[in-house]
Amino acid sequence: MSTDHSKRAAQFNADANRVSRHDQTFWGVRAKRDTLAKGIPEWEQLREAASQIKKHTITHLADYLEQFEAAATRNGAIVHWASNAVEYNSIVSDILQSHNVKKVVKSKSMLTEECHLNEHLELQGIDVVETDLGERILQLMKLAPSHIVMPAIHITREQVAECFSNKGVSPLSQYGVDDPVPDDLSDPTYLTRCARYHLRNNFMTADCGMTGANFGIAETGDIVVCTNEGNADMSTSIPKLHIVSMGIEKLVPNYKSMAVFQRLLARHGTGQATTVYTSHFRKPRPGGEMHIILVDNGRSSILNNPDHWQTLKCMRCGACMNTCPVYRRSGGYSYSYFIPGPIGINLGMLRNPAEHYGNCSACSLCCSCDNVCPVKVDLSTQIYKWRQELDSHGNADPMKKIMSKGMAALFEHPSLYTSALRCAPMVNHLPECLTNIKINTWCEGHAMPVMAKASFHELWKKGLVTNENKK
Amino acid sequence: MNSKDEILQRLRAHTRETYDMPNLDFETITYDDPVAQFIETTTTIAGAHLIEAKPSDDLNELVHKAYPNASIIASNIEGINAQLNPDTVKKAQDLDHTDVGVIRGEVACAENGCVWIPQTMKERAMCFSAEYLVILVSKANIVSNMHQAYERINFPEVDMPDGKHSDYGFGTFISGPSKTADIEQALVYGAQAARGVTVILTD
Repeated sequence: MSTDHSKRAAQFNADANRVSRHDQTFWGVRAKRDTLAKGIPEWEQLREAASQIKKHTITHLADYLEQFEAAATRNGAIVHWASNAVEYNSIVSDILQSHNVKKVVKSKSMLTEECHLNEHLELQGIDVVETDLGERILQLMKLAPSHIVMPAIHITREQVAECFSNKGVSPLSQYGVDDPVPDDLSDPTYLTRCARYHLRNNFMTADCGMTGANFGIAETGDIVVCTNEGNADMSTSIPKLHIVSMGIEKLVPNYKSMAVFQRLLARHGTGQATTVYTSHFRKPRPGGEMHIILVDNGRSSILNNPDHWQTLKCMRCGACMNTCPVYRRSGGYSYSYFIPGPIGINLGMLRNPAEHYGNCSACSLCCSCDNVCPVKVDLSTQIYKWRQELDSHGNADPMKKIMSKGMAALFEHPSLYTSALRCAPMVNHLPECLTNIKINTWCEGHAMPVMAKASFHELWKKGLVTNENKK
Repeated sequence: MNSKDEILQRLRAHTRETYDMPNLDFETITYDDPVAQFIETTTTIAGAHLIEAKPSDDLNELVHKAYPNASIIASNIEGINAQLNPDTVKKAQDLDHTDVGVIRGEVACAENGCVWIPQTMKERAMCFSAEYLVILVSKANIVSNMHQAYERINFPEVDMPDGKHSDYGFGTFISGPSKTADIEQALVYGAQAARGVTVILTD
């Protein structure tokens, strides 16, 4: 009865220390979020406002997109529209080719991952340099992100040190700086310094800077990008060409709504009161160009889905992953979609159910994600609904189907049910070699439960269930 | 039909039920003493230094006291002694190797230590590529929360080097030095941009 997710999760769980570390790291972020939440009396009002602003914007999105385009154009930006990933990639390569771009410095954008932009550009011989430290580490190691906000958190400092040494990012001495060199060359500060100067050289020599967009502001045409490292700002203040890639659902109406999201994003994502940089890009640099590509790639179809349209409210903070007990103990690579965790399960199913249905098992329906989501996406309800649809997609587990039929027969026939219940304690006397068998997946990681001698039903009938018995 | 029209048409056809914009005038956190709260937030969670300047203080001396080893200072603020001026450098790359950038913040927010820095110089790279940053903030411009900050932020018009009088169309909230925790969640200051920030509060 294993899904692809549970098989990969089993591999991740082979290293118990790694699982504990992963679990504790993300639970720590969740705890920081809780502490911040308690310090803000209007916390729940902010979440409700954020949800309603998004609902309003998404259900008036065509109007807001037109307003945004008009404002951005007035500001001197060039706005492009891409229906799908192929069109998006070709718009980017056209812009780069027409400017004879050889090197792009890029700040983190999940949209470019979604559209496989880097691969597309690299095939054309363009040097794409990820500038978020975590993303750069993964790019050099040829790995995918395992979390949308902390993409390389599963990599150890020793692995980073080895990668930096192999790829020439270290040693620090090559950059001619007088920073101290520690004895331990896997020291995170030392490695971060190496990356700082390695990336600095790339910023200075790049022909184009690319960013995503955390928010677009319809009224003013601003693109808002939030980072802690300042890499989006470095990427866009040195090269004169700036390309923004924005999913169409990222719009908010105005500054008044932006304030609500600015207060929620970092507090939910990383447990910080704010990101270090919240940058508003409105106009191209003097003598430069600013291109904004508005990407649909399936979003407008999601709007039509009565059960799942609210996934469009998501602002990609990662809070649902941080809190999810399954994500914390199975890691990002257990999911087949590039966005893991509760939101990734839903987005993957919306993208391609045949490819991603295995992720639907990665949920214990604890509903924690619903309660931390800053924009109140009903994540676990949606996962529950996908599970109800698995059979109509032809993806229901055959073993579970047989069991469901058996249980239906049992529950629909009271006499059969009571006889089965009466016989249940006999299982207690069966030797383990008969119960702990492969077909009984219950026994994976559990012992068989001990069946009670008398059922609740029986006790109730005999009047043995009373308040007085309560301890 | 082009992609723009296709997307807009799909969105309009796929919108099922519409929702109104909520009322955003709920009560938000305010501090009895926003200045004290800003100092607290800036020096703790934001990880920056803070100097309260007295009216008699010389700003250049304060900058020197904060970063005594700095040999290249970049600024376009009148009265600040600087070796590099972001308005007159030929290109952004010329500001690399700046030790200290001195800039002015227009609005500061007590709840999270954010300071609004609108671009008022030709090359804004100095705000990010300088090793250390000094941000001048007037106490009168400190507000309690981001709602109030967003009501106040602006993109001031300046005389541009090419003779135009306009705004640069860029501004950023900065809260402390550049930081990362991407390697095993170990917090390191000075990832890509400023390694350290000193906020100087003036009256």
